[in-house]
Amino acid sequence: MRHSGIRATVAAVATAAALTMGACGTDTPATTPEATSTGVTGNITVFAAASLTEAFTQIGKDFEAANLGSKVTFNFAASSALATQINEGAPADVFAAASPATMKTVADAGNADGTPVVFVKNQLVIAVPKGNPKGINGLSDLTTPGLKVALCAEQVPCGAAAKKALDAANVALTPVTLEQDVKAALAKVKLGEVDAALVYRTDAKSAASDVDGIEFPESTGAVNDYPMVVVKNATNKTGASAFLAYVQSDKGKAVLTQAGFQ
Amino acid sequence: MSANGRTEQVTARATPSLRKVGGRIPVALAIPAGIGLAFLVLPLAGLLIRAPWSTLFERLARPGVLTALRLSLQTATIATIVCILLGIPLAWLLARVEFPGRKLIRALVTVPLVLPPVVGGVALLLVFGRKGLVGSWLDATFGITLPFSTAGVVVAEAFVAMPFLVIAVEGALRAADTRYEEAAATLGASRWTAFRRVTLPLVAPGIAAGALLCWARALGEFGATITFAGNYPGRTRTMPLEVYLALETDLQDAIVLSLILLTVSVAILVSLRDRWLTTP
Repeated sequence: MRHSGIRATVAAVATAAALTMGACGTDTPATTPEATSTGVTGNITVFAAASLTEAFTQIGKDFEAANLGSKVTFNFAASSALATQINEGAPADVFAAASPATMKTVADAGNADGTPVVFVKNQLVIAVPKGNPKGINGLSDLTTPGLKVALCAEQVPCGAAAKKALDAANVALTPVTLEQDVKAALAKVKLGEVDAALVYRTDAKSAASDVDGIEFPESTGAVNDYPMVVVKNATNKTGASAFLAYVQSDKGKAVLTQAGFQ
Repeated sequence: MSANGRTEQVTARATPSLRKVGGRIPVALAIPAGIGLAFLVLPLAGLLIRAPWSTLFERLARPGVLTALRLSLQTATIATIVCILLGIPLAWLLARVEFPGRKLIRALVTVPLVLPPVVGGVALLLVFGRKGLVGSWLDATFGITLPFSTAGVVVAEAFVAMPFLVIAVEGALRAADTRYEEAAATLGASRWTAFRRVTLPLVAPGIAAGALLCWARALGEFGATITFAGNYPGRTRTMPLEVYLALETDLQDAIVLSLILLTVSVAILVSLRDRWLTTP
């Protein structure tokens, strides 16, 4: 009796496994339709800085429409986290970073195929809740006692840029939190948990219904270059190169400019 | 097998060696058990193999490591105390009192177990945040804001860890013989006295097990903490957050930090297990 019980369980597990495999088997070919004249097909995996989320999502859709049979999958996170993932062998075809420093860690580890190209620049603004209830006009206003400010951690590009800008302005600021990426810092403003955060102009713009972006002069001294590169172990190098070219094309640039990049 | 499960359990406890009862270990169980064990242990071995042993001590001396470790141990312990104070009565309620909607409440209690901790953190912000339902009142009345404070870390940890305690204690209460409580009642003890003098000692091993699980979960808490309490050294940056931040720049540092966390928790779990836990 005990044996028949085990056999029944084994049979059930086997059936479930077979079903799952069957499902996978039929699924894969269905998502890759016929190749088109562009010659760019298959899946392109793009690891991109969190601040590129909105612009790259749009560019990805446009790219897929222009290259039928291609599929762009994104992994958005702090550039530094992405660099670590790529250096540990994560399957990326393209890496787009928010700072040359993070790109360098990937290039130094021999994981870049060719020389990274800088495709946009971004700079910091002070994100405040819509209507600027605390009347913040510049970096020095952020040191007002009782005011809660979120920054990115220094290890992350937006944090490094924030430190540079604050140092340039000679402002000693004690934030309440050092967030792990720029979107997390922005979210704290959106939720009303902090009164201000230093984020990229593009992030403030992407959340324009909830936050205002206050420009400040010192941000010009902390402009971030965004480099991108095809990853050495890319499984789809043709697709990766085509994506890089598309980002730098007029269509790609238009989307990036629209998002607030320079 | 299930019909006399209780008797078996009793014999198992009385005779320490289970092998005498069962005989040869069936292959159908031994192989998956071995694979399961390897699956759980190999990643830990990976950490040990990749650890930068030669630079271990200079990496440990980095500022912030001890601060984060101390903060982690403090907050996890306070969170466990909070869970014990609130969780045991809740477990008792679920195990001993019949009331409508008890099944639903029991399901709700376990929600933090399945909820992604980040979502838990957002949910906490919506309630205890500066603009939250309770948080705005706390801020206006007492001037207390939980986010970005050490108290906020405790709240986040208690939120995710309490179900472990409640489930363990409720299980112990259900398994405990209620006739002892009934006897106490016939001898004139009030329900409160019976709970204190009879029930609590009876389920003490269950409470200890639950508290340990709860503490371990709180110690490793990451998602709800970083979302609700933010990340600031010495105040809300616990070890898991320190590890995550180290990952951004130096994988080796992250491995070293993880090893400390691992060593501390294993050491404490092992020592407490020997002292408190009688169940195998």
